[in-house]
Amino acid sequence: MRLPEGGRIDRTKPLRFTVDGIEHTGCAGDTLASAMIANGLLTVAPSTYLGRPRGIFAAGVDEPNALVQLDDPMQLATTVELVDGLAATTLRGKGRLTDEPDAARYDKRNAHCDVLVVGGGPAGVAAALAAGRTGARTILADEQRELGGSLLTENRLLDWLADAVEELDALPETRVLTGTTAFGYYDQNFVACASKTRLWHVRAKHVVLATGAHERPLVFVDNDLPGIMLASAVRQYVNRYAALPGENIVVATTNDGAYGTAFDLAGRVSTIVDSRSEPPAELVNRARELGIEVLAGSTVRQALGTQRIGGVRVGDREIACDVLAVSGGWNPAVHLFSQSQGKTRYDERKAAFVPDKSVQAQHIVGAANAVYDLTGCLDEGFSAGIEAAKMTGFDGEKPAAPYTAREVITDPHPVWFVDGPEGRQFVDLQRDVTVADVRRATGAGMRSVEHVKRYTTIGTAHDQGKTSGFAAIGVIAQLLGAESPQGTTTYRPPYTPVSFALLAGRDRGELHDPVRKTPMHDWHVRNGAVFENVGQWKRPWYYPQPGEDMKAAVLRECRAARTDVAVMDASTLGKIDIQGPDAGEFLNRVYTNAFAKLKVGHCRYGLLCKADGMVFDDGVVMRVAEDRFLATTTTGNAAAVLDWFEEWAQTEWPDLEVWFTSVTEQWATIAVVGPQARVVLAIVAPDVDCSQDAFDFMTFKDAFLADGTPARIARVSFSGELAFEINVDGRAGARVWDAVMATGLPTPYGTETMHVLRAEKGYVIVGQDTDGTVTPQDLGMEWIVSPRKDFVGKRSYQRPDATRPDRKQLVGLLPTDPDELLPEGAQLIAPDTPLTPPVPMLGHVTSSYHSAALERTFALALVKGGRQLIGRTVLAPLRDRTIAATITEPIFYDPEGARRDG
Amino acid sequence: MTVDLREIALPRQVDLRVDPIAPAATRIGELLGTPLPVVPNTGSEAVLWLGPDEWLVFGASEDQLRTALGDTPGSVVDVSANRVVYELSGPDARDVLEQGCAIDLHPRAFGPGRCAQTMLARANVILHQVDAAPTYRLLVRPSFAGYLTSWLRDAMSAAG
Repeated sequence: MRLPEGGRIDRTKPLRFTVDGIEHTGCAGDTLASAMIANGLLTVAPSTYLGRPRGIFAAGVDEPNALVQLDDPMQLATTVELVDGLAATTLRGKGRLTDEPDAARYDKRNAHCDVLVVGGGPAGVAAALAAGRTGARTILADEQRELGGSLLTENRLLDWLADAVEELDALPETRVLTGTTAFGYYDQNFVACASKTRLWHVRAKHVVLATGAHERPLVFVDNDLPGIMLASAVRQYVNRYAALPGENIVVATTNDGAYGTAFDLAGRVSTIVDSRSEPPAELVNRARELGIEVLAGSTVRQALGTQRIGGVRVGDREIACDVLAVSGGWNPAVHLFSQSQGKTRYDERKAAFVPDKSVQAQHIVGAANAVYDLTGCLDEGFSAGIEAAKMTGFDGEKPAAPYTAREVITDPHPVWFVDGPEGRQFVDLQRDVTVADVRRATGAGMRSVEHVKRYTTIGTAHDQGKTSGFAAIGVIAQLLGAESPQGTTTYRPPYTPVSFALLAGRDRGELHDPVRKTPMHDWHVRNGAVFENVGQWKRPWYYPQPGEDMKAAVLRECRAARTDVAVMDASTLGKIDIQGPDAGEFLNRVYTNAFAKLKVGHCRYGLLCKADGMVFDDGVVMRVAEDRFLATTTTGNAAAVLDWFEEWAQTEWPDLEVWFTSVTEQWATIAVVGPQARVVLAIVAPDVDCSQDAFDFMTFKDAFLADGTPARIARVSFSGELAFEINVDGRAGARVWDAVMATGLPTPYGTETMHVLRAEKGYVIVGQDTDGTVTPQDLGMEWIVSPRKDFVGKRSYQRPDATRPDRKQLVGLLPTDPDELLPEGAQLIAPDTPLTPPVPMLGHVTSSYHSAALERTFALALVKGGRQLIGRTVLAPLRDRTIAATITEPIFYDPEGARRDG
Repeated sequence: MTVDLREIALPRQVDLRVDPIAPAATRIGELLGTPLPVVPNTGSEAVLWLGPDEWLVFGASEDQLRTALGDTPGSVVDVSANRVVYELSGPDARDVLEQGCAIDLHPRAFGPGRCAQTMLARANVILHQVDAAPTYRLLVRPSFAGYLTSWLRDAMSAAG
């Protein structure tokens, strides 16, 4: 029920909401859980596995029971802010993702600060005030909508808090992030924080963890009945939300903390059951003054009732109640501390794992440091704030603490579980795991909580053991007869669940990944190109004319290149400018073939291998000057090749004077291919003599085009045909492409035609016909491996594995049926191989096409010992049929190379 | 939202590699009218520091710089077409960048005359703060320009 006064809710702003379809009214400032309690709804969905009745148990992120489905699945009623029209369905353990698209805008912010304070309770607010006042850039992040933490639960220092909030807001370099949970703490004080729709990447010079503590449950018979709640949660519902969960309350505790709950609810609390034989006299006297009976040295053995608690059994007594407020002690919330690799130790007196050693630049203060009195929390907070500021180069005075009465906290006396049916003493409410289950685990020989966790599933549900973890540790210790609990499970991010939508942020849809476009992209779009993704690039795949399918378009484009003239946008090829007196020597060391003696004005095809001797990349290198080269790389490997060059130059050969500059986008490149290529060049570059005598294969010329555009024209060919590459300033790319097309002669072609043309000639595509396990020799490219010089990868060819005769080698395949197209990736087997697994594989198809020139299909493949098998038949068993093919040399067209001169 | 995005045309861009203590570096500084900056991640509208021996020079041509370099080992490469340049300006400009840039852009850490090679969202950029408006120049590969401007406009809609 709702109390007539008090609380931090706004009674003038009623909010309507539904739970399981029934309408209720709450107030602005409520959580869903507090509004439910104010409406007398304590019971939620039954437990996941046993179907036992369950109720709201906690008031925050540690809630084990009160899961609800909103638009988002599996939300905690205790952390959902009530809004008008909220429609919640209670969930039995599992939620479901909605089918509706999520309309919210999730985004990201990077933030840097001198001091990050995590937690906005008294210690955290004090730390932020102390640090912020020095002028240090300070961020205070708190998961709650409102700063204050335990002060809001305990109704203490609220005036001081209000002043502090105002001051923090006014400090120019201090930022307060409420409703923002620090969920991941990584190296170098990198802390990820999440609000509902914003992901914060915070990089802090110093971190103050003021993450508070979580109250522990008590384990006894039927300790899962609705109406059994954490004592601090009961207090919070009453003081902060004016929501009263019951009229007749018993408090069961092992420590001082729960007395505050009893005192604040005096008149509605009959009894305090304290496990300690001598509770502090001050507290006992105060209880008696308030008419509350204190049963010292006692513990609740059983909860009575079926659908909701009706009483408790303490010793031989039965005491009626409608709410049992429990406190099994406190766990410092060391989650982030542990994520940051800080070490904890078990403190016997405090009966808890407490922070021991920090690893990163950080303080951990207040209840997170097992300091439970308010004066102590404030003092630690102020000290940590000022120390953190000083460590980051600021100075100031430690602020004076507001007056609070000194409290002496007396040690707790933990109770792990009680005598009685162990199958009804719940350790993990979410997973329905009991003491009996833990006993089965220890009975099977397990001692570590890590093993017991995995055997019983304790702590693996949505709250990741915030209530159950330590309960399990205590039960295990008692079952094993250990003197004290032994170790915790590992704390891993995220502290609370984080949605994938939040992590994705704006990296979705159009912004999911950059789409790279060449200078000629718009022309391709206007002319109906179908695009292919090559890395992040959009490349024209083929240009279908009306009525053409891909096969027809590609055959037409291939025919144009072989019989007439065709052009391709080759701008995406990686390009690296290499300069310095040792440039030639450097290239000699990284390419398998020699470059030092390449003449200026000439081009050479080169192959790069990794140190293991496997093919890494290839491309044409031009010598621009004695001390300057221009290397091209495959489209996808441009950055990797530059990194590779830099790695060798910087780490292995720092003595070489050579420098690399990426110029991929400095140049736009147009390949003009086919027997009529010279006709196009004559129009576009009339000043260049392209005749066979004047322009040798594998040379280049710097010249001016007809419109005056400077160009570098190279006679290179990836098709076997006469071909020229026109390279121009990227900004002129579209204009020069237009000029080439304006000749009216060439057919534009895309990457598919390029692939067919090169495959007909047996030219490999690195990454398609190779996969990082293929040597140049495997490809039949011994001719490019220099025997006379050293280069990266060379030694690896002496490894026995590199010379095995049964290595997979590149071969050609001609399907027996000239219309059958082998699927790329198809596995190949010898004829008469039984198809009962394991089926011995000979190899696989790497490239496969229809060929206009051959008027049939053909393929390239990697086949074990393939070159010894030329002329033999292999089979490609597919799901619905088997394709037979003959192994051939991997060159199908113009093996004499007669066509390259036009 | 108080932030403006526009593409600007910069004169030539040339990537320069030279030992900063070589006399050639002094000659090049004289050519540019300003010494090559040696403080990491600093620069001006004439030249940006990109590395201990690497600068991006604006205005001078490859030939001019090669002449100034003389026989000193080094590298001079015209990269005028290799990047396009945008200016993001206005009180919310920093907030826009902080949505996708991990480096610290607070005035205490980054200000006019500072530059960095970094990632903005998923694109490599050279980021150069020109003034305290603040105005930032973003130099990006032309192929990424469509992506980056889409990203920036989206971020601008959430800034401030």
